[in-house]
Amino acid sequence: MTEASAGRFQGLSQGLSQGLSQGLSRELLEGLSEHALAGAPHEQDWRHTRLRACLEQGLPLVPEPFKALAEETGLSVGEVRALIGYWQHSGLIKRVGLVVRHRSLGLTANAMVVWNLPDERVDEVGRRLASEPQVTLCYQRLRRPDWPYNLYCMIHGVRRERVEAQITALIQRHALEHVEHQILFSRRAYCQRGGRFTPEMP
Amino acid sequence: MTSDGLVACLDDVDRRLLDRYQRGLPLVERPYAAMAESLGVTEQALIERLTRLTEMGIIGRVGAVFNHRQAGASELVAVSVPDHRREAVAAIISACPGVNHNYWREHRYNLWFVVTAPDDTSLELRLTRLEAQLHTPLLRLPMVQSFHIDLAFALPWTELEDA
Repeated sequence: MTEASAGRFQGLSQGLSQGLSQGLSRELLEGLSEHALAGAPHEQDWRHTRLRACLEQGLPLVPEPFKALAEETGLSVGEVRALIGYWQHSGLIKRVGLVVRHRSLGLTANAMVVWNLPDERVDEVGRRLASEPQVTLCYQRLRRPDWPYNLYCMIHGVRRERVEAQITALIQRHALEHVEHQILFSRRAYCQRGGRFTPEMP
Repeated sequence: MTSDGLVACLDDVDRRLLDRYQRGLPLVERPYAAMAESLGVTEQALIERLTRLTEMGIIGRVGAVFNHRQAGASELVAVSVPDHRREAVAAIISACPGVNHNYWREHRYNLWFVVTAPDDTSLELRLTRLEAQLHTPLLRLPMVQSFHIDLAFALPWTELEDA
């Protein structure tokens, strides 16, 4: 076992015992027994990588999608389900379910608001904006020489006027009147798809 | 594409499906059967609904959403291009490996997109190549910290219907 795969193995085992202690279904985690992790480490890694690639692209719409993924990846059905459960538990996967395309549904008024906040206020304002139900994304990014903004928040709405009113209300509620900001509404989405994080297969 | 009429095509079961299962897909042998049961339809009917929602473009997929920061590297990028070049440049960006969304926004920086990659090195490579292809400097905006990222929010059905 290489050092990297040994580390991964240890991480996985720790994650599993944590998962059990935190009440993740035993049946689910059993799929990831040591037996499941036996075999050439590299082959093991690539089967996991293949599974991640499949999950990025979506589950097949057949009665037993995990069985289909098992056939695709060379893992067992139990391993597939246990890995997905484990990845959700560890935070690698945020959620599994229907990925809505908001624009096709009519949520076309998408505003990105960028703020130029004093660095010492970013944490506090970021957390407060993030707790507003209409704010769907909120994060801090690096400033650039001709781009002074360090805090970003996104509002997805149906009507532009309503979103503008929501932004005005946010500014008042959080006393941001004197913070330089810009509102960038989207006009069109040229493409919208999931991220592609898995490396090319050998 | 306008969304006229699309929402009207979604019945009560479709809406409950979209409300209930943007997260928490059951990790059981037959997940669609379990979802179907909770919505009071058959497994076959549920699979047909998911297929129809995908074909309509209402959902992109039934799948996993990965945490960008743990899954690999990603970066928000903006470029400023003259209007007459916008469509052509947007097409090049959309075709770039790892680009997961690409928006035209109302600003001098008019194209905004996110590039994803397995690691920092391949992200760097993708961005360097793209910059050379576009002959336009990229405004690269790496994330410092995330306060909230959740696109699985409750859908405003009434507002969507009135639109």
